[in-house]
Amino acid sequence: MNNTKSADKQPRTGPNGKPVRPFIMPTSIAGKLGVWKYLILRRVTQLSTLVLFFGSAHWAWNFNEQPIISGNLSSSMLLGFIPLADPFAVLQILMTQNSLLTEVLTGALIVLTFYFIVGGRVWCSWVCPVNMITDLAGKIRKKLNIQNAVQLSRKFRYIMLALALVLSALSGVAAFEWISPISIFHREIIFGLGTGWAFLLGIFILDTFILKDGWCGYLCPLGAFYSIVGKFSFLRISFDSPSCTHCIECTKVCPEPQVLDLKLATHKGYISAGECTNCGRCIGVCPEDSLHFDLKWWIARNQQNNNLQIPSANEAENLTKKDPGRKAA
Amino acid sequence: MSSTSLKARRKFLKSITQNTAIAATGGLVWAALLQKEARATAFAIRPPGALKENEFNAKCIKCGQCVTACPYDTLALANTSDQIPIGTPYYIPRDIPCYMCPDIPCMNACPTGALTHELEKIEDSRMGLAVIDIENCLSWLGLRCEICHRECPVKGTAITVEHHPRKLSKHAMFVPLVHSDACTGCGICEKACPTDEAAIKIVHPELVQGVVGEHYRLGWQYDSDITQQYKAEKLQTDTPAEAESSGLDYLNAGDL
Repeated sequence: MNNTKSADKQPRTGPNGKPVRPFIMPTSIAGKLGVWKYLILRRVTQLSTLVLFFGSAHWAWNFNEQPIISGNLSSSMLLGFIPLADPFAVLQILMTQNSLLTEVLTGALIVLTFYFIVGGRVWCSWVCPVNMITDLAGKIRKKLNIQNAVQLSRKFRYIMLALALVLSALSGVAAFEWISPISIFHREIIFGLGTGWAFLLGIFILDTFILKDGWCGYLCPLGAFYSIVGKFSFLRISFDSPSCTHCIECTKVCPEPQVLDLKLATHKGYISAGECTNCGRCIGVCPEDSLHFDLKWWIARNQQNNNLQIPSANEAENLTKKDPGRKAA
Repeated sequence: MSSTSLKARRKFLKSITQNTAIAATGGLVWAALLQKEARATAFAIRPPGALKENEFNAKCIKCGQCVTACPYDTLALANTSDQIPIGTPYYIPRDIPCYMCPDIPCMNACPTGALTHELEKIEDSRMGLAVIDIENCLSWLGLRCEICHRECPVKGTAITVEHHPRKLSKHAMFVPLVHSDACTGCGICEKACPTDEAAIKIVHPELVQGVVGEHYRLGWQYDSDITQQYKAEKLQTDTPAEAESSGLDYLNAGDL
């Protein structure tokens, strides 16, 4: 066990007895690419989604005489025969007590199944166009060292989720779809610009000057919806507890640091909170290589194969009793 | 109870109250926005097969697949600066009208059913209704124009040309008249109208169409309900009487 009191004098050691090493950005380009691997991949998927929609609508990009992907992120048709739909938008419409055609219901089910497999909030960090703006805001506030101006609970998003559903039922229209900056931004890029950028400017200002990750981390009801999906998703970040020195480099870069509950992760073998967006930032910065993408059942099987005992909740508590990471988070 | 746990409890209660207050304020603003947006007056000209405005606004998922499906680039999605419920499809007939594709691709592209897939013929669609401003219509002013009549895709049914007496002249005028039972509201007439500002315009039927009401009896029209009803009743009551005295019909009885 490490002794936090003597941390200043001696080199700190993690609960596994190894010295705590800070994350140092590699100087080589290859090393940097290794750290930024998932960031680059995320930008590629975010931008290519946007470009594919735009190309199908404006330049008639097609495959087999069918538009590659017509529509937008609310609902679309892939290659002319695979319907896709935003399950949260569909849920809101159903709350207004209107029936829907099977096409959009099938689409919502397909999308829901996809995120059920790859992680609910993979939507947030890998597809949602607003993520690029909030990431930029995060970068700027870090550079300018801006502190939060207000305090809000991370659970506030679930109140927004409940509000969206209740207001849909009361007003008779899909409540979030009528004000969603995500839908407005994406729609106006594809189908003609209006004043939707003002909403984005609002989010940018909120995230930069008022509250870190204010929109994505506290307010967005769509993120809250996918957090619930993520709770049951298969693809998660696995946590290799024995190699971790609790250097908390991961919580420094994580946009949802509350999910890096290392006690819980030690017990489960992976980051179990649905609010984890599977963005992979933590994987790149971990100096001990303790974090990876993995499938839930694979993690469990590996632990059995290696004859490793999954620590019980009590043992995990003992392992991480003086966990500096959790306090800092 | 120790002072630290009391402090923690106070902090907890304070944060709960703050969060609830923010949620309540936000919820009110949100509800007000919805009220303003979603209860807008029905004036947007919608693609064929659109449900009634309320239902349409509820069901439309704002995906724009109808917009992409339209081969004439007629449709657009309302953006934040338009005066039309945000994100919903509409078109401006004077810019690009609906050319009434027989296979109705926009309607069939709709994934939610906000555009019902129930229209069998595009001629059955009611996107709007053409209305003529007879003060500025060239034909109604006495010139020979009738372009709207000739351009109309439901020619001779939706817009007919009628005689109309001319003041201080024995020559009649030929004036266009719109018939709502056949007009689809495609807007080809509005696009074709040669006046500076179109003298024939597509408007949402609810904005101009009245409803007569059940109690008015138009007894002089042969096919009006009252005439048909009266005839049917009369036939019923007359039949037994006729059977008794067929004297009037003896010439037609065939035994002459």
